[in-house]
Amino acid sequence: MESIINVIELDKYIMLSAALFCIGVTGVLIRRNAIILFMSIELMLNSVNLLLTAFSSYSGDPNGQVFVFFIMAVAAAEVAVGLAIIVVMYRNTSSIDIDLLDKLRN
Amino acid sequence: MKELVKFIPLLPLAGFLVNGLLNKKMPKTMAGLLASAVMAFAFIISFLTFLSIKDQPDASFVVNIYDFINVGSLKIPFSFLIDPLSVLMMMIITGVGFLIHIYSMGYMHDDEGQVRFFAYLNLFVFFMLLLVMGSNYIIMFIGWEGVGLCSYLLIGFWYKNQNYNDAAKKAFIVNRVGDLGFILAIFLIFNQFGSVQFADVIASASKLETGSVMLTAITLLLFVGATGKSAQLPLFTWLPDAMAGPTPVSALIHAATMVTAGIYMIIRSNILFTLSPTTCAVIAGVGVATALFAATIGLAQNDIKKVLAYSTVSQLGFMFLALGVGSYTGALFHVMTHAFFKALLFLGAGSVIHAVSGEQDIRKMGGLKGKLTITFITFLLGTIAISGIPPFSGFFSKDEILAAAFSYSPILWGLGAVAAFCTAFYMFRLLFLTFFGTFRGTEEQKHHLHESPISMTLPLMVLAVLSVVGGYANIPAVLGGGEYLAKYLAPVLAPTTEYIAAHGHKAHLSHETEYALMGASVVIALIGIILAYVTYVAKKAVPAEDGAELGFLHKLILNKYYIDEIYDVVFVKPLYALSSFGYKFVEVSGIDKLVNLTSDSFVLGSKVSSKLQTGNVGTYLLLMVIGVIAILAYNFSRI
Repeated sequence: MESIINVIELDKYIMLSAALFCIGVTGVLIRRNAIILFMSIELMLNSVNLLLTAFSSYSGDPNGQVFVFFIMAVAAAEVAVGLAIIVVMYRNTSSIDIDLLDKLRN
Repeated sequence: MKELVKFIPLLPLAGFLVNGLLNKKMPKTMAGLLASAVMAFAFIISFLTFLSIKDQPDASFVVNIYDFINVGSLKIPFSFLIDPLSVLMMMIITGVGFLIHIYSMGYMHDDEGQVRFFAYLNLFVFFMLLLVMGSNYIIMFIGWEGVGLCSYLLIGFWYKNQNYNDAAKKAFIVNRVGDLGFILAIFLIFNQFGSVQFADVIASASKLETGSVMLTAITLLLFVGATGKSAQLPLFTWLPDAMAGPTPVSALIHAATMVTAGIYMIIRSNILFTLSPTTCAVIAGVGVATALFAATIGLAQNDIKKVLAYSTVSQLGFMFLALGVGSYTGALFHVMTHAFFKALLFLGAGSVIHAVSGEQDIRKMGGLKGKLTITFITFLLGTIAISGIPPFSGFFSKDEILAAAFSYSPILWGLGAVAAFCTAFYMFRLLFLTFFGTFRGTEEQKHHLHESPISMTLPLMVLAVLSVVGGYANIPAVLGGGEYLAKYLAPVLAPTTEYIAAHGHKAHLSHETEYALMGASVVIALIGIILAYVTYVAKKAVPAEDGAELGFLHKLILNKYYIDEIYDVVFVKPLYALSSFGYKFVEVSGIDKLVNLTSDSFVLGSKVSSKLQTGNVGTYLLLMVIGVIAILAYNFSRI
């Protein structure tokens, strides 16, 4: 397994991970749809997972991959809570546009 | 005895607290009884202390209560100095005070605010005792200010009347002018001697040279303080107005005790004054000027209490004359006898006012000697005492002062003699117009004329006895007397006596001169009495009504030389103008604007900052991202 992953050089993984992360951040900042927002957050988390696995493989240290499991568990929990919030949000505003949540203004 | 001494001021303080805190719940007679009982105990302890220290040459001791101020080199303990001078003052204060408390039980019998009155009286006695018992200038000053406060509270006792409130304010403010001088003196004393304890100051002062600038400054400033408290020129204007208070207050505060605080202070610091002959000359001059000034005003006054008020100012002038010419014993002797006969006269006046249902104008009195026998007899004895007729007490004390004045300068004696003549004249004028002749008041008042109750006449009788025999304390050697007071006070005046012995003479009058002076004072007083008799009894003259045409001199002295009007134009109005200017241009335009600017800037700042809270989730996300990038950038740039 090691050799197949090591065929591609590490900096390619870094670039891919960085690109995915930036796409995720952009999505968070730009998109108004709450579900798309969560998808972008998932994208960010997954980019970090990819990077951690790559580093763990290249340095032969399994700690990275163990950490990935933790991140996945946290991401799952976060999505569960976040989707619950979206449900309540829909009940209050009949829409999932986050720009409508401005009651805390001033 | 040392352990009991601290109860002397504590008892009146306790009386004040009980009467003051239980104001509404305290039954009226109980208040008076409690206050008087407290005074009686305080007097008993003072008397026992007196017995334990008299006849002992060096019997002063210090009772330490606690360490009041202990900062660096400044050590001011809260302690009492018990020596012949303070014990004598304590006995006068508690003794005469006790009699006045008994009197007040009768005089204030129908007053709604009696409990408050007795609370204030006890508080006054507490502060006065602090003043005379303190072992350093600071404790004396605490008492000094405290009695000024109580004077304000008691003068304005009937506070519903705005005139009385104004009189109380005047008393307090004029006193404060003098107190500024006292405070400055205390600062200079600490600067010069490094301590404010009497023992330290007196010990170090004996080593200083005569007439040094520092000492003259200290003593002049101390004298300014005394001028305010003891009503000398030019700070005496509060005392006649202070007659707005109830008569027992006038008797206690403005005759027997508070006004003698200045004299006590100077006697206590006697070595400082002996070493400053310039200040002594000033004191003698101011004293005799005040004596004359007030005596002339008293000649024309028509309110029974105002006559006595000006008489008090005049007699205080005599006491300062004594201090100025170096006769400290004479001054204290006069303080003692004056306390007796002036308190007697004021209480007698109160008895008269009580009898004529509140009338105070002597033109509307007359013929009271039949109805108010005890009051008349005691008032007569007091009047004879103040006029200086032997063998009453006033003769001995006044004569001692005049003899000392003569040996200092015959001119001072002459002026003092004129003041004494005026004293005899106006006091007997008061007596004759009030008690002799026919009653000139309304029918209503005539109907109600009655002698005062025993609670009021008993103190009168006791004080009358004291006025008669009080002179025994210091009959001069030239008349074969024992000069007990002089011997008693010798330890306190020791520094001065040693200084005078070392640095030359005190001019001693020959016996013939002394006899001549005594004879002259008696003759002068008798002339005054006879003149008053002829004018007011034989010719039955009655002073003119208000608004009548008067000669220039008469109008001048009736209006007290327009001194209040002069002060109003010279001091009061410019101060009002200055403070009005200060209010308009400094307070409103300056300080208020600055404070408002500060608060407005905060409001503006918060308005601007609140624009950050848009409530938009997207904005918050953006800010979060920017923050994370900033942190990362900062950390990476530091590697």
